[in-house]
Amino acid sequence: MQTAISIRRAVKRYGPVTALQDVSMDIADNEFFTLLGPSGCGKTTLLRMLAGFEDVTEGEILLFGERIASLPPEKRPVNTVFQQYALFPHLTVLENVAFGLKMKGMGLAERNARAAKMLELVHLSGFADRKPAQLSGGQQQRVALARALAPQPKVLLLDEPLSALDLKLRQAMRVELKALQEETGITFIFVTHDQEEALAMSDRIAVMSAGRVQQIGTPREIYEAPVNRFVADFIGETNLIEVEVDSVSDGRATVTLPGGHRVVCAAATNSGGRHALSIRPERVALAADAPDLHATVERVIYLGTDLHLITRLDGGEPFALRLQNASRTALPDPGARIGLKLEEGAARLLAD
Amino acid sequence: MKGVRHYPGFLAITLLCLLVLYLPLTVVAVYSFNGSTSITSWGGFSLRWYADVFTGPEAARFGQAAWNSLTIAIIAATVSTVIATAAALAMIRGGRFRGKTASYALINLPLLVPEIVVAVASLIFFTTIGLTTGYLTILIAHITFCIPFAYLPIAARLSGIEGFYEQAARDLYASPWQAFRLILLPLLGPGILSGYLLAFIISLDDFIITNFVKGAGMETLPTAIFGSVKQGIKPNIMAISTLMLGVSVLFVSLSYLINRRGRPAR
Repeated sequence: MQTAISIRRAVKRYGPVTALQDVSMDIADNEFFTLLGPSGCGKTTLLRMLAGFEDVTEGEILLFGERIASLPPEKRPVNTVFQQYALFPHLTVLENVAFGLKMKGMGLAERNARAAKMLELVHLSGFADRKPAQLSGGQQQRVALARALAPQPKVLLLDEPLSALDLKLRQAMRVELKALQEETGITFIFVTHDQEEALAMSDRIAVMSAGRVQQIGTPREIYEAPVNRFVADFIGETNLIEVEVDSVSDGRATVTLPGGHRVVCAAATNSGGRHALSIRPERVALAADAPDLHATVERVIYLGTDLHLITRLDGGEPFALRLQNASRTALPDPGARIGLKLEEGAARLLAD
Repeated sequence: MKGVRHYPGFLAITLLCLLVLYLPLTVVAVYSFNGSTSITSWGGFSLRWYADVFTGPEAARFGQAAWNSLTIAIIAATVSTVIATAAALAMIRGGRFRGKTASYALINLPLLVPEIVVAVASLIFFTTIGLTTGYLTILIAHITFCIPFAYLPIAARLSGIEGFYEQAARDLYASPWQAFRLILLPLLGPGILSGYLLAFIISLDDFIITNFVKGAGMETLPTAIFGSVKQGIKPNIMAISTLMLGVSVLFVSLSYLINRRGRPAR
């Protein structure tokens, strides 16, 4: 598959502050690629470097093999959907969508026809003559999308475009964005701090923290095989337990929990000593026979589809479980001592 | 919370303020339509003093003065608005640069320095560099003191325009100049127009500085009116004053309305 964007050892410094440290990644053509991380992790800075709003302190950015790091934004065949949409308030919806085409020198009739087609694509055909202020937030969002897609960029950059929408609209737009990406065949680079959003839409995700890429992988890889503590903790819920590594080789480890339980698990590290063990709360079952762990129930929280058990392991560490609310087994009462069985692959030894 | 209207004494204080501010203006406006030659006793409604302004013995003098005032105001407002716009762009969009605080102080200084000081200083300056006082010196002085007035609404408007509009334009293949002309300038337009009108009125109304730097034989409308009043107040002065008041009210209202309309959607 062709590489759309290749970021090579990119560094961004603002005076003494380093915002991005040695970031490298390859993004394939036609990929829905997400930069995910907490605020301040450098994801937006990286996106702005791709758009051309921030210069690159060190390193290189290639767009289909061409160096673009020193080009101004207007010379880069990429377009951006801004977090606040940035629709031009004095232009109509149609003029907004046609703006990029006009700047590229397309004639009036042709660009208006194309802009109208783009509005059709985002289901806003009847709104061409309105001003942005006359639209709802969700509609403005679609105009911003249509405007950025109209010039047929090689890569579309999306800077937390859904963050200003309410929950229902956000969920609907997730599906629509993904469909739009498949329909247009354009590479999407999507920035978000919302892990659910990232998991729902992305082909691949780059998890970022403190100016560094922590892990790049498919949503499944990121969730099920996090490489380090940060990724395991940031994506989804997990129980992190400090354990002593007894032996580790070929990606398998035997570890001892503080309470004395021994667990065999997958390992993302090859070094011994103390490491964090991640156990997802939904990958654990109650078991009377031959349990892997023992715990004491502290609280049972009823969540409808799920039951949330807050327990404490024998070693004293807090441990959360999520059980589906389908089983007819009697629920343990607070104070009860229970046996826990880990599903295959539930536990994972992490690098720091 | 109670509305401000419900506090005791609100009505009385409001009426007193309005009275002090606007009664003199109302008297002038009303008496400009006085039929009698007296400025104190009412002699019935008449437009004779307005006719006198345009056709009376002082018509030529006032006409020339009005023409000077108008052309100076137009040129001064235009030049100062261009300078103020450039200054606002540098101050608000220019990022950090050396001497930014000093520049800010320089732009706004004319608002703080007593007018009489500026007047004297300007006169001394023009005399020192050997520039004969007259139309040109009035113009230079007006451009100078109009800059901060034009700057204020333009800068206020510009700081309310988010930087992402220009970025979006650049992202959509606009050159820096196109982004300015097609996106920023239209958004800034009301601020620029508002600044222009304010500068125009400030120039049109100025008396103190103009009186110092105008030189012999050169008059603007305010200095011509002052010259007339020195020989006793005649009703035609009230007519001229009312006309000027009308122009001022019109321009300030326009400036306000333009600035209020078409704010960028947030």
